[in-house]
Amino acid sequence: MIDYDYKKPDSLKDVFGLLKEYGPKATLIAGGTDVMLDIRNKKLSPDVLISLRGLKDLSYIKKNSGYHIGAMTTHRMLERSDVVMTDLSALHDGSKKIGSVQIRNVATIGGNICNAAPSADTAGPLLALDTTVVLEGLGGERKVPIAEFFTGPSKTVRKTEEVLVEFEIPGKMEGFGSAYWKHSRRKAMDLPILGVAVAIKFSEKDIISDARIALTVAAPTPIRAYSAEDFLKGKNVNDEVLKEAGKIASSEASPRDSLRGKKWYREEMIEVFVPRMARLAAERTQNR
Amino acid sequence: MKKVSVPFILNGETVTAEVPAAWTLLKTLREYFELNGPKEGCGAGECGACTVIVDGDAVNSCIYPIIEVEGKSVTTIEGVADKDGTLHPLQKAFLENNGVQCGFCTSGMIMSAKALLDQNSDPTEDEIRTGISGNLCRCTGYVQIVEAIEKASKMIK
Repeated sequence: MIDYDYKKPDSLKDVFGLLKEYGPKATLIAGGTDVMLDIRNKKLSPDVLISLRGLKDLSYIKKNSGYHIGAMTTHRMLERSDVVMTDLSALHDGSKKIGSVQIRNVATIGGNICNAAPSADTAGPLLALDTTVVLEGLGGERKVPIAEFFTGPSKTVRKTEEVLVEFEIPGKMEGFGSAYWKHSRRKAMDLPILGVAVAIKFSEKDIISDARIALTVAAPTPIRAYSAEDFLKGKNVNDEVLKEAGKIASSEASPRDSLRGKKWYREEMIEVFVPRMARLAAERTQNR
Repeated sequence: MKKVSVPFILNGETVTAEVPAAWTLLKTLREYFELNGPKEGCGAGECGACTVIVDGDAVNSCIYPIIEVEGKSVTTIEGVADKDGTLHPLQKAFLENNGVQCGFCTSGMIMSAKALLDQNSDPTEDEIRTGISGNLCRCTGYVQIVEAIEKASKMIK
């Protein structure tokens, strides 16, 4: 029989108080589209759920010397945001592909990242956009680059007494075009076989000045393909260069055989989708 | 088992649910308020048979903790027709267009469609398909459902 107490504090201070009081017996819940399933499947059996949905001021998308996204922002808000669509296109691509309308209406970006699934659809875009994760605890605030946030499947550097409060995307990402491909069998209600996010910037016509490539379901955690990024810098965008970048990115991944796809298939698809997303990201720099 | 008292608006009426804290909105609707329109299909937010509208947005009530509806407005299929029994254009269109076969998905499907039309009265076919992408139907093949929603949007205009 599933039984737990449910607390819905309206301030972060109260959340920290409850986390301290209940310790490991408590689980934080945001939109609940993962936590409620984990409880149902007996993967979690907390005595207390501490809801973050009372924290109304953690739900925002702001642009000022960079971009600031509150942890309780739903995927639906991201999907409907013009700033996200034009400036952070990869994140828009990822947000609108999560689950279904019903899921996106409640599921939050903070929850998607803290759940730390290797397949999380916002993880690749946030990695490619050089995001910093802002954590808050009783001791104050600390910032972690998202590339260092994930430590394994369902594991992150967030301590149990900390709350993820914000994502910061640096202002320098403003000149980048970006794109994310969720490679899946169905158009909705599916997890990706592979996720590929690319952000790209040009110095002069067709010369790449900077690039970011992120891969999901390609390793135990979402990863950056740094060697492929370095390879792209200073190059012209053409089929040969992009093909080589795809090969390098594939060599940086360590996917596994799983129900959704085989290792060899994922590796080959990285070679296909890194060039395609780089092309799309490059096209999108035109609109910036 | 800790009980909670949750006041909210259900199909236009102010109500209070006195249920265990661990109950979901779906369990509360079916077992406390005896509204059996919302169904439990998968119980995991995949099939959409439990879809209801909370403050204008379609949600899966099977994974929606009851305490989260406090102070909000919930609409179920039971609250879609007029009080005098006049059917909503969506209900009429589903009937006229054979958008219903076994009926298990229908209440959830209509709630997703209603949330869509309330927010976008003239959706494209693509927007309709996205709007009901969280609702599984194993009978119709979706074509009659999509056509019914298109028809309803014209009736509303």
